[in-house]
Amino acid sequence: MIEKTIFVLESVYREPLEVKAFCFGDMSRKTICIMGAMRGNEIQQMYVCARLVQELKKLEINGQIVKNTGIMVIPCANYHSMNIGKRFWAMDNTDINRMFPGYNLGETTQRIADGIFTEIQGFEYGIQLASFYQSGRFLTHIKQMVTEFTDDDGLVDFGLPYALKRTPKPYDTTTLNYNWQLWNTKAYSLFTHSTDDMKEDSADNAVNAILRFMKNRGIINYSIHPGYVTSVINESDMLQVHSPCGGICKIKTKIGDTVERGQVVAEILNPLTCEVLAEIKAPEKSTVFFHFESPLIVEGTVIFKLIKNDIIRGD
Amino acid sequence: MIKTVSQAGLAVNEKLKIQKNSIKNGNSQKRVCIVTGTHGDELEGQYICYALGKYLEKNTDKLNGTVDIYPALNPLGIDSIMRGIPGYDLDMNRTFPGTESGTMPEMIAHEILEDIEGADICIDIHASNIFLREIPQIRMSVPTSETLLPYAKMLNVDFVWVHASATVLESTLAHSLNSAGTKTLVVEMGVGMRITKEYCLQLMDGILNLLVNLEMLTDVEIPKIREPIVSLDGAVGFINSPAAGIFVPEISFGSTVEKGDIIGKIVNPLTGSTAENAVAPCSGLLFTLREYPVVYGGSLIARILRQEDNNND
Repeated sequence: MIEKTIFVLESVYREPLEVKAFCFGDMSRKTICIMGAMRGNEIQQMYVCARLVQELKKLEINGQIVKNTGIMVIPCANYHSMNIGKRFWAMDNTDINRMFPGYNLGETTQRIADGIFTEIQGFEYGIQLASFYQSGRFLTHIKQMVTEFTDDDGLVDFGLPYALKRTPKPYDTTTLNYNWQLWNTKAYSLFTHSTDDMKEDSADNAVNAILRFMKNRGIINYSIHPGYVTSVINESDMLQVHSPCGGICKIKTKIGDTVERGQVVAEILNPLTCEVLAEIKAPEKSTVFFHFESPLIVEGTVIFKLIKNDIIRGD
Repeated sequence: MIKTVSQAGLAVNEKLKIQKNSIKNGNSQKRVCIVTGTHGDELEGQYICYALGKYLEKNTDKLNGTVDIYPALNPLGIDSIMRGIPGYDLDMNRTFPGTESGTMPEMIAHEILEDIEGADICIDIHASNIFLREIPQIRMSVPTSETLLPYAKMLNVDFVWVHASATVLESTLAHSLNSAGTKTLVVEMGVGMRITKEYCLQLMDGILNLLVNLEMLTDVEIPKIREPIVSLDGAVGFINSPAAGIFVPEISFGSTVEKGDIIGKIVNPLTGSTAENAVAPCSGLLFTLREYPVVYGGSLIARILRQEDNNND
């Protein structure tokens, strides 16, 4: 393993931000890059990468990294925000993952994005440990933006139950995933259960999914359970259930559960009297893919994302 | 008349309401919308909404048409000094056109857009953020400039910046409205979290001038309207901080600078040293200047409108 500093940013009163990369195998070949936390609350994303560093160290020592392949892991690109409990850039609240491909003469986060992207472009595969802006729990899944450069063959090689395809919106065009694809990297975003807190079982799933992908793509020699037959789903085909009012949110199901049409899956309570303001019912027989997780909810918030059972298919 | 454009129930005993003051008189169907407060830390538009509302209520008899004033598209952000939408950490000006079936911010964006659509002109007033001070200016993309430039010239601003299109800006209110055929001009002026009364009154004269030109306002005296400098991207020089430190300006905002002039110093208070000088890359008008002193490498210090490229077309 080689530890490398890929970008340095000076600060007037803090130690410089040094973005560290951990490299394995033959780094004259840019085979796969795994990107962890770019936001200060992406603790789970950093943890998954850190766990992966440990696994790859062992594989390298045992000679299980295939000849002529190079692997780079960047666990955390933004610990200046992480160390002070902020999600976005410490000073100006901008999002590094909305600054790609970056600009070396531009604003600070554009320079960070440029510094990172200069190092991580040109890889054959790119995996970003991603997070959602809203509080909640997801089934661990892989997502890919559909662009003219998309190669979705790899989606099933992670062996996760679900893979999502997303049609990018204008605001997606400055993300790492989108720009990786523009620069010919086959890019995937891996979502785990959580963001701000560490979930060991979900981290296990994510680490195994990445190792499985590497095995299936001929990057490592590794014995691992083949995983699930992946259902590939268009994000737009999922059912979104909104909260009809604000109040205390009580979720009555878990991610991964199958719910029946009409089943009460959550209640919204009056926060001052505990009177039930609304019962949230499943609109179809479906699998709970995402649920909101916070004691208080605002009207119109997406409280559930459900996958209708009749669209689940192997791909 | 105060109307609610969009609303959503918050968690505890409160509704989020987006409201407008709709001032109407006469039989003209013409409508102008004044919109501000999308970013909760941009307050320059607050004074304009107040002043315009007060003026029109006093001079309703001179109005023929409707002026809709939306002072706070992001009321929770304004209340809590947050640029984005509290609870979501989303930039509201990246959520348009929104959708009926989306999250709460997307639904609100959709309803706001529906309410404004169809107006003859919309003016979307932004201050700068807390970091930069700007002279009163209008920004527009190249594809919209042919339609919007004649109206921009009525608004009494100093500068019109015609910039290249960027896909990411397709999520803005202005882009969504212009795409839907509602002519929308974006004003940038002043600085975040403050009100610069002089600039507000300057733009207020411009808005009244626009209403006169649209034949929505009669029998009013408008001061002489200034002719803005109209400029393309290439005519703007950027100065980004060459080092981390504390920026101390050496030159007045809005002044004309020569190439090589020191705009300011990046100093280190711990060591008592100057880390770097911020130097003008070209001669011209200093139309943006950093207001917030703490900088990282790359923080925007200033923008200069190149003298040699200016045109007053």
